[in-house]
Amino acid sequence: MIQNDLNLILPEIILSIFAMLALLFGVYRGQDKKTATLTLATAGLMLIVGMWMILGGSSSEAAFNNMFISDAFSRYAKALILLSSAAVLIMSLGYMLRHDLGRFEYPILIIFSVVGMMFMVSANDLMVLYLGLELQSLALYVVASIRRESLKSTEAGMKYFVLGALSSGLLLYGASLIYGYSGSTNFQSIIISLDSGSVSLGLMFGMILLVAGLAFKISAVPFHMWTPDVYEGSPTPVTAFLSTAPKIAAMALFARVVYDAFYVLISDWQQVVALMSVLSMFVGAIAAIGQTNIKRLMAYSSIAHMGYAMIGLASGTLLGLQAMLVYMAIYLAMNIGTFAFIMSMERDGQPVTDIGSLSQLGVKQPGRALAMLVLLFSLAGVPPLVGFFGKLYVLRAAYDAGLIWLAVMGVLASVIGAYYYLRLVYLMYFGEKQDLSLDIVKSPILPGFAATAAVVMVIGIINLFGIEAAASLAASSLIN
Amino acid sequence: MDYFLLSIVTFIPAISALILLVVARGNDAAAALVAKRFALFATGVTFFVSLFIIAQFEPENTGFQMVEEAEWIMGLKYKLGIDGISVLFVILTTFMMPIVIWASWGIEVRVKEYMIAFLLLETLMLGVFMALDLVLFYLFFEAGLIPMFLIIGIWGGANRVYASFKFFLYTLLGSVLMLIAMVVMYAEAGTTDIESLMLHQFAFDDFNLFGFQILGGTQTLLFLAFFASFAVKMPMWPVHTWLPDAHVQAPTAGSVVLAAILLKMGGYGFLRFSLPMFPVGSYIMTDFILWLSVIAIVYTSLVALVQSDMKKLIAYSSVAHMGYVTIGIFAANQQGIDGAIFQMLSHGFISGALFLCVGVIYDRMHTREIEAYGGLVNRMPAYALIFMFFTMANVGLPGTSGFVGEFLTLVGIFKVNTWIALLATSGVVLSAAYALWLYRRVMMGDLIKEALRTIQDMSLRERAVFAPLVFMTLLLGVYPVLALDLIGPSVQSLIDNYNSALSIAGIDGNTMIASH
Repeated sequence: MIQNDLNLILPEIILSIFAMLALLFGVYRGQDKKTATLTLATAGLMLIVGMWMILGGSSSEAAFNNMFISDAFSRYAKALILLSSAAVLIMSLGYMLRHDLGRFEYPILIIFSVVGMMFMVSANDLMVLYLGLELQSLALYVVASIRRESLKSTEAGMKYFVLGALSSGLLLYGASLIYGYSGSTNFQSIIISLDSGSVSLGLMFGMILLVAGLAFKISAVPFHMWTPDVYEGSPTPVTAFLSTAPKIAAMALFARVVYDAFYVLISDWQQVVALMSVLSMFVGAIAAIGQTNIKRLMAYSSIAHMGYAMIGLASGTLLGLQAMLVYMAIYLAMNIGTFAFIMSMERDGQPVTDIGSLSQLGVKQPGRALAMLVLLFSLAGVPPLVGFFGKLYVLRAAYDAGLIWLAVMGVLASVIGAYYYLRLVYLMYFGEKQDLSLDIVKSPILPGFAATAAVVMVIGIINLFGIEAAASLAASSLIN
Repeated sequence: MDYFLLSIVTFIPAISALILLVVARGNDAAAALVAKRFALFATGVTFFVSLFIIAQFEPENTGFQMVEEAEWIMGLKYKLGIDGISVLFVILTTFMMPIVIWASWGIEVRVKEYMIAFLLLETLMLGVFMALDLVLFYLFFEAGLIPMFLIIGIWGGANRVYASFKFFLYTLLGSVLMLIAMVVMYAEAGTTDIESLMLHQFAFDDFNLFGFQILGGTQTLLFLAFFASFAVKMPMWPVHTWLPDAHVQAPTAGSVVLAAILLKMGGYGFLRFSLPMFPVGSYIMTDFILWLSVIAIVYTSLVALVQSDMKKLIAYSSVAHMGYVTIGIFAANQQGIDGAIFQMLSHGFISGALFLCVGVIYDRMHTREIEAYGGLVNRMPAYALIFMFFTMANVGLPGTSGFVGEFLTLVGIFKVNTWIALLATSGVVLSAAYALWLYRRVMMGDLIKEALRTIQDMSLRERAVFAPLVFMTLLLGVYPVLALDLIGPSVQSLIDNYNSALSIAGIDGNTMIASH
């Protein structure tokens, strides 16, 4: 019995053991001198486990008294989490070493956070959900303030921690209400108690608090306040990480909670999710217009993108779930490319985040500018780039679910949002000439990532790299 | 079908752009010349290959021809094909592009990127006219914004930033509503295949929305969503305001492409989507569109009269001429639609040529102010002759293609609504007024401006650029059957389907409109 259970969480166990061994190794052997080796080894392991998840098939099994579930849906999310984390680790290595951030704790904290995310997406019980969420968050609070001597970085970590604790409190309160009114923390039992008859107000209240706590993690409006500050204050590689893997994990968890445990209450959570989706899209689009710091700008951009992904979630259908999963995968690819570019923005060896420094990049460094151009248009959702198909997917899902007003709001917000992406293009290609210019990047890794992402955005339109089939398998494993 | 002729024509420019991007190196004059020659060669080859399309086209066959089909993501299809309505737009595009490239010989900054942008734009424009899948159409339709945004922004005039943003956001806003409509159509009809959608009958039962009675129901709403996009693209009054800005700020070649090809996408869209797919919606909105068009013709002609910038004047005249196109389309009879397509073709040659004419003197004097010129005929006789020719064509002088288009659309609308015909005809007089007055101020009189004393007449290259345009304008002017034979049968079947759809819906199209 226990052996089957352990088999099911073998990927998590391997990653955890590796993390602990790495910690010992780091402490006793050389400390920060081995950071590069450790980072690459971590990334390598994540890639291997990620491939394992991709090849996982379509079986659906539960372990530990139904607390942990491994199905196509969780494997899809885990594969995205692992691959994007590995990509961010490889990308950030050069940056961390150059800017005196090469601490060996960095990859270890990331790996703990990833393990937490893997538990989140496999959670089939409120307890596991909370454990995974906290493991993930605690590691991230520390990583956000990894630049210890910088006021901004510590402020970011602090802010993230305080507000994160608040959201955890909300979530925990919600969970306790749900437990109190349904008599169980297990999703299956909750479903049974919901099916059995009238829904009590306390249970509803608990669910809303749970949703609010999750919305904080995906930085949906009105729970988004921390995002711009934390994105700005954290070192850029950490920002890149924050904007990718945790978003997938939280979104997948969100989907599992509302589609699995609380599907019966769809008419209640649908309004909430739809409203948050509209607000996120508009706030993300409008607030980004005035930003001059590219990291803050990307924070608002990610808020808006979460809004679009939530359109899929709000539709409450198989198609909607599939659309959300495809959207998140596309979002991931775009963000990794964009952050590879942002990480490579340096002047005189110092990182810069002011968008004015992009001025005339199209003339000075045409290759880099072209990659960014493609990524920006893809982020804006302009066809023929892959970003457009993500939008098309969620719009279709919204219409199918009878939420045409949500689709209309979505496209209107996308026009507003296009403005600030265009502004970056404008700066790169026909902005006023400035003396400030970016350094030429020596290492091929960051431009390589950006260029690869850009190429993916273009040739992905042929078949989206088969992500569609995987997402469909994952979605149908969640909705039976 | 056998050898993917349409795909080949569509993607030759894109592949050439890729080659240029990857292979071409260096920033010196020699590299720039290589890029120019390569682009000219590539567009030339595209034109040459596209002639095979014309050669194989069977006008009497009213269905889609040379269809290519392949499965794509999301249940969409990659499907290309042409019929009598689209074939001439394809040829217009491939015909204009070498001219545009050749007219851009004077570009000096970032030549390689310039050529890449134009080559990509050509692929996207061709795709628009050939696509037989809704989403594929949208893809090409919208993607054209990206190169055009860059063309206006990078190589444009002093106020280019404003113009490029306005162009992009205006058109995007129009198009996203169309995207929603496409999603609705996909969900309702279960397919995005344009051929199947033409056979699908969308619901036209009236319903209430926020307390408004929607006549024609779904069809009207779908029509309006598409209308939002095409009206901006055409552009129709009152959403035309992006056009003068975009035209004025764009480099000459950009203006030519904009006027000659991009504007035609709106008219093409009405013919490909609005009339065949939403006949009831179109019918209900006909009066509205006709009146908008008449306002466009009269109002923008008057506005053109007072412009001090030559490009702006021609831009407003474009809006007026596009008004005839929408009038012709929504007259929904053979003469009207034949005339509309013909007018779009002829406007492609004529307005393209007029923008090139402005480009010729702009290259020399770097101003487009009418005030800055006068008496050019004394130093530039050849230029004066060509400008005269296209001014007359713009006015619609018999013997030029401009006359045929305007005459046919006016005949078409006269059968339907005489008031509209009467008012629209006044636009002919007004167009003579602003065009001739422009000519008088720029060309006639004594050459008194000091700066103009040394101005040179057109070079051999410039004359050569105009030659094919003059030829086509005259040819279509004296022998319009050449084009009308190609489009006639397809238009006939479009109208038959439209009328039968209306009679199924219980509306007798001709009598009811005639009673207005």
